Amino acid sequence: MIEVLIFATLNGLVTGLLLFMLASGLTLIFSMMGVLNFAHASFYMLGAYFAYSISLYTGFWPALIIAPILVGLVGALVERYGLRRVHKSGHVAELIFTFGLAFLIEEAVQFFWGRSTMNYRSPDILNFPLFTLFGQNFPAYKAFMIFISVSIFIGLYYVLTRTRIGIIIQAAITHPNTVANLGHNVPFIFMAVFGAGSGLAGLAGVIAGPVLTTFPGMAVVLGSIVFVIVVIGGLGSLGGALVASLLIGLLQSYAIASNLGMPDLLNLLGVSFASDHPLNDIWRLTLPQIAPILPFLLLVLVLIFRPSGLFGKRES
Amino acid sequence: MLEVSDLNAWYGKSHILRGVNFHVKEGEIVSLLGRNGVGRSTTVKTIMGEVEPKGSILFKGKQIAGKKSYEIAQLGIGCVPENRDIFPGLTVRQNLLLGMKSRKGSSRWNMEEMFRMFPNLGERADVHGGVLSGGEQQMLCMCRTLMGDPELIMIDEPTEGLAPKVVEQVGLLLQEIASRGVSILLVEQKLTIAMRISHRLYVMGHGQIVYEGTPASLLQADEVRREWLEV
Repeated sequence: MIEVLIFATLNGLVTGLLLFMLASGLTLIFSMMGVLNFAHASFYMLGAYFAYSISLYTGFWPALIIAPILVGLVGALVERYGLRRVHKSGHVAELIFTFGLAFLIEEAVQFFWGRSTMNYRSPDILNFPLFTLFGQNFPAYKAFMIFISVSIFIGLYYVLTRTRIGIIIQAAITHPNTVANLGHNVPFIFMAVFGAGSGLAGLAGVIAGPVLTTFPGMAVVLGSIVFVIVVIGGLGSLGGALVASLLIGLLQSYAIASNLGMPDLLNLLGVSFASDHPLNDIWRLTLPQIAPILPFLLLVLVLIFRPSGLFGKRES
Repeated sequence: MLEVSDLNAWYGKSHILRGVNFHVKEGEIVSLLGRNGVGRSTTVKTIMGEVEPKGSILFKGKQIAGKKSYEIAQLGIGCVPENRDIFPGLTVRQNLLLGMKSRKGSSRWNMEEMFRMFPNLGERADVHGGVLSGGEQQMLCMCRTLMGDPELIMIDEPTEGLAPKVVEQVGLLLQEIASRGVSILLVEQKLTIAMRISHRLYVMGHGQIVYEGTPASLLQADEVRREWLEV
C-alpha cells in the first residue's frame, strides 16, 4: 500500500509540475491579453517536435536548450505580427485567432512530420532507475523532469518577484498605460512575455515528449487539461495555477494507482446488482477508468461552488 | 521646452480639444486651470500620446505628436495622472524602482533622497502601495515619476481630495522640483497652489485656452475667474 502511495505521489508530482509549466505561461498570457490562448498547448507540441528533429543532429542536450528558444521566437512572432493586429478588433477576434492558430500548428506538424508517433526518446545517460523501492523502479528521467520543472518554477518566481524586469512585467499586466507613461516599452514587454510563455510551453514539450509520446494529438490531450487548471486555479493567478496543477496531477495519479471501483463502494453500502443488469457497465466502473475525466469533474464542481476559481482575482 | 500649437483631440465623435495653444519654458511652472470637463486632463493625455492628437506638439524643438507614450516618456516628459495610478500590489520601493528608466547617467533624483524628503515613504518602503493614505499615494506617484528624471513633468490635480497639511507638502515638492531645473505643467481646478507657485497660467474653457496671464493678472481679472473658474 505504502509503495503505491509513494510512487503515485511521485508520478503525480511529475505530471503536476509539467502541467504547471504550461499553465504558468498560459496564466501570464491570460493576465496580459485578457483572453485564453487556445494555441498554448500547440507550442508545447512544437517544443517536442523541434526537440526531436534537433536531437537527431545534436543529441538531446543541445535540443533541450535550442527547441524552447525556437518555440519562444515563434511565439514572439505570433504576438508581434498576429495577435497585436487582431487585438484592435477585440477579444472575440483574439480568441478565434488563437483557435485558428492551434489548428494551423497541428496541420503544419502533420505536414512536416507526418501523422505517426515520433521515435523521440529520453537521453541514454538518464535511462536508468534512480532508485528501487519495494521492488519498483523510479526512472531517473522522471526525476530530471521534476528537477527542470522545479528549477523553472523557482526561476520564474525569482524573476517575477525579485527583479526589476519582473516588477515591470507585473505592473504592465495590470496597468499598461501607467507603465508606458513611465517610459517602458509595453508592447515589447507583452511580446517578450508571450514569447517566454510559449518558450516555457515548448520546454515542457521537450521534456514530456519522450515520456508522453510525441504525436500530432499531444496538444489536444494536454491542452484541455491545462485550460481546466487555469480555471480551477483562478484565471490570472500564478499561485492558483501551481496549486491546481499539483492537485490535478496528484488526483489523476492516485486515481490511476488505486484499485477502487463502484462494486467496492456498493458492497460497502450493502447494494449489489445482477451481472445481467442493463446498467452493469456503469456499476462496474473503477477509479482508474474514470481518472481521465476527474479534472473535468473537478472543474464542474469548482464552477458551481467557486466560479472565480480557487485563487481567482477577476470575475470575467 | 514645450510648445503646443493648434492641438485638437477627439473621443469618438466628441471634439474635446479645439485648437489648444500654449507653451512652457525651461524651469517654468505653468498652470492649466479650468472647470471639470473643459479638456485639461485630455490635454495632458494627448501630449502623453494616450489620445490621438491633431496639431503640433514640440518638445525641445522635436515633434512628438503621434509618438507612443513610452517614447514620449523616454524623451523626458513625466506624467503624474489624476487617479494616482500607483501599483497597489507592489511595495513603495518597487513602485519607485519602476519609475527609473534603463538609460544610464546621473539623475537629479534617487531613492534615498526621496525617502529623506518624505520620511513617511521611507518608513513604509517595504509596505504595499495599496495600503498608503491618499496623501502618501500622491507623494509616491510624484516621486515615482521623478525617478525617471523628466525635464518636464505634467501633474494632473495633485491636491484633489488631500488634507490642507498634505496640500502644503505637495506645494513644497513642486517648488523643489522647479528649483532643480525641471519644468512643471500643473493641471488644477482649484487655485490654491497654482496662484502661489506658478510663473504663468492658462485658463481653459470649451476645449480652448481662454486666458493667459500671471497669477497677479488673474487676481485682477474678476470676470475671467467668475466666468471660467469659480464654481
